[in-house]
Amino acid sequence: MSGLQALNANLPVSGLPAVDRGVLRFLTCGSVDDGKSTLIGRLLYDSRAILADALHALEASSRKRGLAGIDLSLLTDGLSAEREQGITIDVAYRYFSTGTRKFIIADAPGHAQYTRNMVTAASTADLALILVDARKGVQEQTRRHAALAHLLGIRNLVFVVNKLDLVGYDPRVFEALQGELEAFSRSLGVARPAFVPISALVGYMVVSRGSHLDWYQGPTLLELLEAAQADRSQAGRPFRFPVQLVCRPRTAGQAEFRGYQGRITSGAVAVGDPVRVLPAGHTTRVAGLRLLDAKLSHAVAGQSVTLLLEDELDISRGDLLASVVAPPARALDLEATLCWLSERPFDPARPLRLRHTTREVKARITDLAGRLDLRSLALEPAAGLKANDIAEVRLRLQAPVFVDPYRADRATGAFVLVDEASHDTVAAGLVRAVPGGRP
Amino acid sequence: MTTTQLEPITLTHLDWLEAEAIHILREVAGQCAHPALLFSGGKDSLVLLRLAEKAFRPASFPFPLLHIDTGHNYGEVLELRDRRAAELGERLLVRTLDDSLARGTIVLQRPDQGRNAFQSITLLEAVAEFGFDALIGGARRDEEKARAKERVFSFRDAFGAWDPKSQRPELWDLYNARIHPGEHIRAFPISNWTELDVWQYIEREGLELPEIYFAHEREVVRRGGALVPVTALTPSRPGEQVERISVRFRTVGDIPCTAPVASRAATVAEIIAETATTSLTERGATRLDDQTSEASMEQRKKEGYF
Repeated sequence: MSGLQALNANLPVSGLPAVDRGVLRFLTCGSVDDGKSTLIGRLLYDSRAILADALHALEASSRKRGLAGIDLSLLTDGLSAEREQGITIDVAYRYFSTGTRKFIIADAPGHAQYTRNMVTAASTADLALILVDARKGVQEQTRRHAALAHLLGIRNLVFVVNKLDLVGYDPRVFEALQGELEAFSRSLGVARPAFVPISALVGYMVVSRGSHLDWYQGPTLLELLEAAQADRSQAGRPFRFPVQLVCRPRTAGQAEFRGYQGRITSGAVAVGDPVRVLPAGHTTRVAGLRLLDAKLSHAVAGQSVTLLLEDELDISRGDLLASVVAPPARALDLEATLCWLSERPFDPARPLRLRHTTREVKARITDLAGRLDLRSLALEPAAGLKANDIAEVRLRLQAPVFVDPYRADRATGAFVLVDEASHDTVAAGLVRAVPGGRP
Repeated sequence: MTTTQLEPITLTHLDWLEAEAIHILREVAGQCAHPALLFSGGKDSLVLLRLAEKAFRPASFPFPLLHIDTGHNYGEVLELRDRRAAELGERLLVRTLDDSLARGTIVLQRPDQGRNAFQSITLLEAVAEFGFDALIGGARRDEEKARAKERVFSFRDAFGAWDPKSQRPELWDLYNARIHPGEHIRAFPISNWTELDVWQYIEREGLELPEIYFAHEREVVRRGGALVPVTALTPSRPGEQVERISVRFRTVGDIPCTAPVASRAATVAEIIAETATTSLTERGATRLDDQTSEASMEQRKKEGYF
């Protein structure tokens, strides 16, 4: 149980942690039977996020299914239908903490038909763990998941080569897979993927190093997760602040108060900074930053604040406050990558609304340039769009939105399409470019 | 830009969770016409109230507080519920199971029957009465397996039911609260918090909690692996031995289905230490109604339970 001790060393004795590295969100993906659920079970088990009574329930479930040992994968399969079929059909979120960092796991199903769940899980992740079965090698799914993670803007890709125990802990198996996946990653444009050999079942190189992988000198999986850079800590991008609400209390003593409430999606802002108000186009300065009674001198991406401006302007929900130096592009037409999520195929007759930051406008798909073939990862001609398709499209909007390319900004480059009649969220979109515009 | 010379800001895990929750609360206010925030006086809903202050002050909340009272709640919890609402100057609506019993929409098999499962009936009656299109609740994904898969903005059909197999996709922080008349949204701002996060936030913010969350002497009996408090509603049964021991509640709700745990933790810091090293889950140790079957929470949520 050395792994258990290693993790618990940092758990709080009482009160708040002395060192707090914030939150890291990651997703786990891989083919069926790559041992993904077992790996998550291992992380939760070794970090004591699974407690005794849950473990007993798990033992009982495992026995009921005629299994000899505890099946850690049963922990993540939460819905009745999943337990019946022994598969994972929806994204599940799991939590553990090492005392210095909190982790949120999005567990994405590995079945081909559930691309949309992988895209959902990837949308909020800072890091992707892609499991590879050491015996089976690189599969079509492995390449697909790496491509999707990269498409969704995840900068940290970690290939976790699992089941080393079943190949005699042979370093040559790991090295061959690493070589193949490095070449593939280069072809995608992934900068520096990481590789870790593990056995989730036995628990080697997940939290503790174990005894049979001495030839591997790199960090354990957990060390890697603890050190990884969270996306939102890259506050160097231009300032973006979608307005969620206008705060006008109009009460005694607050009659003059006019604050703009929202969450900074990118960059940083300080009192005194000039900002551009979009779509109106005015320039004004930040007069104050508040969080309840706290008056802040500056704030960064990820923070929810109330922002005060020097001038009284007509600003409402859906407007965007942005850097004057590097404002986003005004777009009435968009070139975008679309992931179709709805079970109902795309029907040009059905009206759509595009939701971007806090703004919503009517939208129409005007051109379907092609669909991504998830086997070859090449663009192929497409007549329509159905669930789990990824396509390149062009959209026409009824009113402008203010966007950045998704590659540069995962908040102002992202949108969803909502069916105006059913109110369902039917597609997820990534801005590639504004035709004739700057991005 | 002036920003480059300033101290870099590192968000702690609580800063991040708080900012996310504030964003969710503001999205509810921005997208929904008639929301309500479920407030019981319990620890999770007291955290929600603090987050709402941070989201909306200096304005008042853009929604009333709503409590569905089973009629079997601890007095000190209700006292704090009423006092907090008054201190904040916010409107508190209370609907009780007794209203539904009087209407005949709830029929109890026994007078001492656990009332938690019936809360959803009174809740849906309140939704209809006030025309709420969104209910904000303090449920967390770490509480239970079915909840681990529930969206932050969770759609409820005209019967108040949750269908886990046809949930709306939820990507980035783009939440979809569009509904038809009669349907509603349940929004969960602290979805991504764990029990430990909640206690650490209570510590950081110095929030007042009902006394029963802290260690106190209480008469209990041991029944089916749980400590059952001896109250007028839940007397000891023949043959059971009544003990007086130091306990605290980890979760607070309907008296007949909420059990305390043995504990000497009398301060928030001591509770954090205990939570970090406990060996039992929050609901497992303390909720007498969740242990019925593997899928009991999912089943109740499908029927409109929170």
